[in-house]
Amino acid sequence: MAQTAAGPLAAAPRALPGIQTAYLDQLRRKRMYGGILLVIFVAMMVSGFRLAEYRNAGGFLSGLPMLGAFPAEVLSEAWRNRANLPALFVQFLPSLVETLNIAAVSTLLGGLAAVLLALLSTRGLAPWPRLIPVFRRFMDAARAMPEIVIALVLIYILGGGPVPAVIAIALHTSGALGKLFSEVAENADLKPVEGLASVGAGWGQRMALGILPQVAPNWLSYALMRLEINVRASAILGFVGEGGIGHDLKLAMQWGQGRYDKVVAIFLLLFLTIVIIDRLSDTARARLVKGAGA
Amino acid sequence: MTSAPMSPTLSPALSQTVLTGMARRRLLSFAVPVAVLAYLLYAALAFDLAGLAARARWDNAGILLSDFWSYKTHVTRDNRSGKLTVAIEGEAKGTYPPGRLPDWVTVAGDVTTIDLGDGNIVTYDDQGARYVIPGYGTVAIRPAGGKLALEAPQPLPKWINASDNKISVTTPAGRFSYSRSKVETFKYQPGWELFFFTLDSPFYGKGPLELLQLATTAPRIDAGQTNLGYMLSEIWTNKMWHHRDVAWALFETVLMAFLGTMLAAMLALPLAFLAASNFMPLGAIRFAFRRVFDFIRGVDGLIWTIILSRAFGPGPMTGALAIFLTDTGSFGKMFSEALENIDEKQVEGIRSTGANAVQRARVGVIPQITPILLSQVLYYLESNTRSATVIGAIVGGGIGLLLTQAIITQKDWEEVAYYIVLIILMVMAMDAFSGWLRRRLIRGATDKG
Repeated sequence: MAQTAAGPLAAAPRALPGIQTAYLDQLRRKRMYGGILLVIFVAMMVSGFRLAEYRNAGGFLSGLPMLGAFPAEVLSEAWRNRANLPALFVQFLPSLVETLNIAAVSTLLGGLAAVLLALLSTRGLAPWPRLIPVFRRFMDAARAMPEIVIALVLIYILGGGPVPAVIAIALHTSGALGKLFSEVAENADLKPVEGLASVGAGWGQRMALGILPQVAPNWLSYALMRLEINVRASAILGFVGEGGIGHDLKLAMQWGQGRYDKVVAIFLLLFLTIVIIDRLSDTARARLVKGAGA
Repeated sequence: MTSAPMSPTLSPALSQTVLTGMARRRLLSFAVPVAVLAYLLYAALAFDLAGLAARARWDNAGILLSDFWSYKTHVTRDNRSGKLTVAIEGEAKGTYPPGRLPDWVTVAGDVTTIDLGDGNIVTYDDQGARYVIPGYGTVAIRPAGGKLALEAPQPLPKWINASDNKISVTTPAGRFSYSRSKVETFKYQPGWELFFFTLDSPFYGKGPLELLQLATTAPRIDAGQTNLGYMLSEIWTNKMWHHRDVAWALFETVLMAFLGTMLAAMLALPLAFLAASNFMPLGAIRFAFRRVFDFIRGVDGLIWTIILSRAFGPGPMTGALAIFLTDTGSFGKMFSEALENIDEKQVEGIRSTGANAVQRARVGVIPQITPILLSQVLYYLESNTRSATVIGAIVGGGIGLLLTQAIITQKDWEEVAYYIVLIILMVMAMDAFSGWLRRRLIRGATDKG
C-alpha cells in the first residue's frame, strides 16, 4: 500500500509517514463503522426473525418438514386425475383471459393517465408550472395506495366483477408509471419543443410532436415492465377480492381434497402465462432500448 | 429530407422509398389509437360495463363516505322491557353508563327526549314515539293490536317507509325506526369518537387544555401511576380503536418486508455469481440457476404464499418467507445481469496481484455493483411494504389482515378509513426512508470509488 502511494509523493518524502498513518486511521475507522453496521444489521435480522416466528402460528423448524407435504399431496392427486387436465385448461381459459384483460386494460388506462400526469409534472414541459407539486403529490399518493385497499372498497360499492380491480390497478399504475415517465421526460431535448413553439404549435402539439417521439421507446419499455407486474397483481386481486383466475384458484383451494386437479390446472395456466409474458416483454424491451440507442 | 420529392437531385426510387415510409408511418399513427380504442371497447363489453351501472350500490358509497368522517350514536329503547341504551356505533364497548348520557338525550321518568338538532325532536314515551320534523310536521307512532299505527301528514314522502311491522324515517338530521320490539334513533356527528379515550376512562370528554392540566399539575387520579402514564396507557389499550394491535400490525407489515427483502438479497447475491456468464464457466450450471430464478419468478408470490402458509400457518414469518422466495428469483436475475455488465479491468488488476476468486469478488466486483445492488434492494424494500399488506391479507398477519377484516364486516368504515390513512403514511414513510438511505449510501459508495 505504502509503495503505491510513494510514487507521486516521492518529491516530498517527509510527508509520507503522516499520510500513511492518516490513511490507516481512516481505513480503521471505516472498517469499524462497517463492522458496527454489520453487527446492528445482523442483530436486527435475527431478532426480527425470532419475533416474526414467535408471532407466527407455526414455527420455522417445525414447519420446514411439512413444506413439501402440501405440494406433494396436490401433485399426486392431480397426477392420478391427469386425464382431466386438458379439459380443465379449456374450462379455466375464460377466467385467464379475464385476468389478462384486467391487467392489459389497467395498464393501458393507467399508462395513458401516467403520460398526462408525467407531462403535467415535468419541469420545462408542464403547461402550469405552479401546479407541478400538486400533480407530484397526487402521483405519490396513488403509488402509495396498495391496490387491494382500493379494490376491496370499490367491491363494496360496485359489486363484484373485474371493474373494481381495473380501477384499483390503473390508479396505482398511473402513479408508478407517472414517476418513471416524468424522469425520462426530464432528460428529453427541449429544442424540438422550442422549434414547434416558434411556429405557433399548441401545448398538445408540442408534446405529441416534440416530446413523444423522443421518449416513446423508454416509456413503452417501462409500460411493458408494468404489464408484467400487473398480470401478477390482477391474479392476486382475484384471490383476495373477485374475478379472474385468482378467484377460481381460491374456490378450488377452499374445496380442498378432490379438487386438486383444478388447483394444478390453474397453477400451470398462471405459470405458463407469466413466463410467456415475461419472455415477450423482455425481448420487446431489449429491442426497444437498443433501437433507441442506435 | 422532408422536401425530398421536390429535390431534382434525388432518384425517383429514393423518393418513392421515403414516400412509402411516410405513408406507412401516417397509417401507423392512426392505426395504433384505433387498435387501442377497439381493445378498450371489447374490454368494456367483456367486463359488462353496462350491467355495472345497475349493480352499483350508490347508497353504499354514501354510507361509506359519511362513515369515513362521522360517527353515529344509537339511542335504543327495548319496547318490551322499556330499557334505554345509548351506544356509540351500537357497540357494547361504546355504551354510555346510565348516569352519564350525552346532553342531547334527556330522560324524565318514562319519557326520553332526543334532540337531533335544527328543531328535530324525537320523543319516546309510554304510548309510543313521536318525531317532530320542522317543515313537515309530527310523525307519531302508537302500537295498537299487534300492529303499528302511524299518524303523519299525508301524503307520505319517500323518506318515510311504513309497514305494519316497521316504520322508518330518514332525514338529514338522523334516522329513526320503530318496530314492535324496539325503537331506535341514530344521530350522526362528525369526527371519530372515542379515538383516544373510551367512555369508561376517567379522561373521556375532557378538552385538550384540561388534559394538559391533568398531565402536568393536577393531583393523581390513580395513586399508582402518573396521570400522563395513565393517559397514555388508556390510549394504548383503547377498546374501540385497538391502537396497540394496530401499531403491532403496522410493525409486523414492515418487519415482513424488511426480513423478506434482506434475506432474499443475501441469498441471491452468491447465487447470482453462479448464474453470471463471466463468473461461471460451466454453461450447464449457469443454465440451471437461471431456470431456477425464472421458475421462482414465474410461480409468483401468490402461489408461494399459499404453499408456505400451509406449512407454517398464518403469521408474519410466513409472509416474510413468501416475500423472500419471490424476491430471490427477481434479485437473482437482476444481480446476475449487473454482474455480467461489470468492468473487467478492475478484476484483471486484482488478479494480477495474485488474489483468489473470493478476494477478486470482494475487492474487484462488489464495489462496482454496490450502487446498483443497493438501489434495487431499497426499491424492493419500499415496494414490498406495499406487497406485505396484500400478502398479510392472504396469510393472515399485519395491517392487511385488519383491513380485510374491517372491510368484510361492512360496518366499521371509520376503521377502514383509519387503516387506509395509516397504510398510505407507512408506505410514504418507507419510500422517503429508502430514498434517503439510497442517496446517502450511493453517494458514499461513489465517494469511495
